[in-house]
Amino acid sequence: MSTVAVEAPSLPEVHYLNADYGWRSWLFTTDHKRIAWLYLFSITFMFAIGGLAATLMRLNLVEPSGLLFEPASYDKLFTAHGLVMIFFFLTQSIPTVLGNFLIPIMIGARDVAFPKLNLLSWYIYVLGATIFIISLVTGGIDTGWTLYTPLSTTYANTNVLSATVGIFITGFSSILTGLNFMVTIHKMRAPGMTWFRLPLFIWAMYATSVIFVLAMPVIAITLALIALERIWHVGIFDPGLGGDPILFQHLFWFFGHPEVYILILPSMGVISELVAAGCRKRIFGYSFVAFSSVAIAAISFMVWGHHMFLTGQSVYAGLVFSALSFAVAIPSAVKVFNWTATMHKASVSYDTPMLYAIGFIGLFTIGGLTGLFLASMGADVHLHDTYFVVAHFHYVMVGGAIMGYMGGLHLWWPKMTGKLYPEAWARFACLLVFVGFNLTFGPQFILGYVGMPRRYAVYPAEFQVLNVMSSAGASILAVGYVIPLIYFAWSVFKGPIAGPNPWGAKGLEWTIASPPPTHNFHETPIVTEEAYAYEPEAAHVG
Amino acid sequence: MALLFFPIHPPQASSIAVEWDYFFYVLTAITVFFSALIFGLVFYFAIKYRRKEKDEVPPQNEGNLPLELAWTIIPAGICVVLFVWSSVLFIKTQRPPANATEVFVVAKQWMWKVQHPEGPREINQLHVPVGEPVKLTMTSEDVIHDFGVPAFRVKKDVVPGIYSTEWFTPTEVGEYHLFCDQYCGTGHSHMVGTIVVMKPDDYEHWLASQMNVQPMAERGQRLFGQLGCNTCHGEGAKTPGPPLQGLYGTEVKLQNGQTVTADDEYLRNAVLGPQGVAGYPTLMPTFQGQVNEEEVLQLIAYIKSLGPPEERKVAKQ
Repeated sequence: MSTVAVEAPSLPEVHYLNADYGWRSWLFTTDHKRIAWLYLFSITFMFAIGGLAATLMRLNLVEPSGLLFEPASYDKLFTAHGLVMIFFFLTQSIPTVLGNFLIPIMIGARDVAFPKLNLLSWYIYVLGATIFIISLVTGGIDTGWTLYTPLSTTYANTNVLSATVGIFITGFSSILTGLNFMVTIHKMRAPGMTWFRLPLFIWAMYATSVIFVLAMPVIAITLALIALERIWHVGIFDPGLGGDPILFQHLFWFFGHPEVYILILPSMGVISELVAAGCRKRIFGYSFVAFSSVAIAAISFMVWGHHMFLTGQSVYAGLVFSALSFAVAIPSAVKVFNWTATMHKASVSYDTPMLYAIGFIGLFTIGGLTGLFLASMGADVHLHDTYFVVAHFHYVMVGGAIMGYMGGLHLWWPKMTGKLYPEAWARFACLLVFVGFNLTFGPQFILGYVGMPRRYAVYPAEFQVLNVMSSAGASILAVGYVIPLIYFAWSVFKGPIAGPNPWGAKGLEWTIASPPPTHNFHETPIVTEEAYAYEPEAAHVG
Repeated sequence: MALLFFPIHPPQASSIAVEWDYFFYVLTAITVFFSALIFGLVFYFAIKYRRKEKDEVPPQNEGNLPLELAWTIIPAGICVVLFVWSSVLFIKTQRPPANATEVFVVAKQWMWKVQHPEGPREINQLHVPVGEPVKLTMTSEDVIHDFGVPAFRVKKDVVPGIYSTEWFTPTEVGEYHLFCDQYCGTGHSHMVGTIVVMKPDDYEHWLASQMNVQPMAERGQRLFGQLGCNTCHGEGAKTPGPPLQGLYGTEVKLQNGQTVTADDEYLRNAVLGPQGVAGYPTLMPTFQGQVNEEEVLQLIAYIKSLGPPEERKVAKQ
């Protein structure tokens, strides 16, 4: 195992982190890499809030009659958990942290197309998040993240308006980010960086950006309509005022289902990078993986009715939505098979990023397959609105989206900071996340099948054992998320120096120093090869 | 199953539950098979092809078209089969048999109010005889609720402003959970009840033992008089509205040229506001706010009781 004696890597003298000092250099920065850090701090804070709400919920459910809270408080907890995680953490996670940091570097550009707009997006996010947090601490909101009418417009007495204002504002941050990324990917690619030489992460981010721009305005409109009905009693959704409550669900899910793909597509892009770097191999069936992202983004706009099979929606509409929902499963399956095939005859590393990728492939497979139960109208009749649904989307959102985000952070952390984290601790945390996750959400599939409805503050005693298992798993999961927080922080100060390419990976980001210089490339790179052009016997670690 | 300390399946107590479980087990088998396949391959490759040298780079390959086609077409084929199977199952759950016993459900924050046509009313309970199909006609007074009975594998949203229907044939005598499955506010998890499935004899006894058993149609008739509906819709009314005798289930021509069927939904709308029936002046005031959902159901029951459409057609000939 003797390696080529590489000189001990050293940090570059000037890089984007030390090029400028003081709070102004951060809060007024237009450097996409620094903006990525602004987002990283803000969304980690929001993740902590959402995670705290989840912890309190799981604690409450240990006891069938509720251990800690009255139903009114429990309702606020699950609403806060859902809204924070969806609108203030997952939507931003990979796009704004890894996307911001990596898109310009991966395509060989100095920055995104509109650097000032990029900073503005962050300020809009912070404004929205601040209003939302104020609405939480001044009383909270108890409508569930789905905000179904007429509960949210006529019957809820909680802070519906201020919370939706926060979400409304934050949506614009995503629209601007999507726009920025699309223009960047179209116009800023380095010479020779053709579409089919793009890393698959870029394809995924492009598909996500399209959804940002098309779906986010719909939720803005829908929230505005809620406000109209709440404030001026304009009859839109409440049948008591002459409205149609199902109309809300059409609007909400026309946004909501594409939103689900906003959360998972970026993660799929990251997994392609993790698998390629972890296997030192070109992704099997590159173009199939790339186009499956586009196919998922396109079909995602036509499946919303599968949330509404039991509303009394016409059976014929249901048939169409069911068929299209099955159709969207296929490009997802294609991705899983291609990642698996990439590992065939590869050089599989056991470094933390690859461990997260392996975890993702397994958990996403379960999450995707259990989605088939819910795309089936017949099966949905029993499983709808039970814990089965909760388990399914957490396998996709946590087992999928967050595993991808964590894996991506671990792969590019050395690039972002120039430092290595302690590998043993990272592997241990990854294992805790995997075990804790399965223990949390595995029992919930059974809970749903035996009939426990979601959003129940109290429940029949026969469901207790499964709930206790789930809560035990959640506590392991929580530890798995706290450990990285500690070693990442430690690594910034004490971690060993990483060098430009600690993984021996391919990609423009690994050709520049860690941390990169402010302008990324001293001279514009000229791309002459495909993504993942690994050459046997030519990997250079260090 | 007691050995496991927790339930792994709900009671199987309706005709659809058996079929439903069969489909569920097939879906579960597919999920387990493909998850095991992917987990197996990933772990096998991860061990067999683990990185042995720090600088090692494996031989590259581009992909393989036949393989890509195979893992596109095979899942697509499986999806088509599942889609057809599940849709057939779903349609079955949506079409109540013609001979089903009717029961009427009104949901509100946070209780279930049940009326039997024979008269008995219940709160958070529903008594039904075993072996007979039951059709529920449901609506809500406030927000969206959902009438879910895990033991029967049925569930349907109960939406304000419209009637939704659900049906089941209980096959096992016993008591089963009724859950509100659509989040409806603070009391959501307390909006639970019991479905009591009884032997037919016991059910008859139960019906007979209920106090206050005025059939729904009779209550409707009393309301019909109290609200002054007779003034226009009664025999020989001076300002004639459309006659209601034998109306239920017939086609109604509207002033706007549309033709609609006089079903529960139409009658509900017609009670709450004028529909503009062709050939009659639009004089009817709205009764929105004057009658509650339960009373609307009683009025409909009365209108239904005024003879089936066949008799009317025969009479015309």
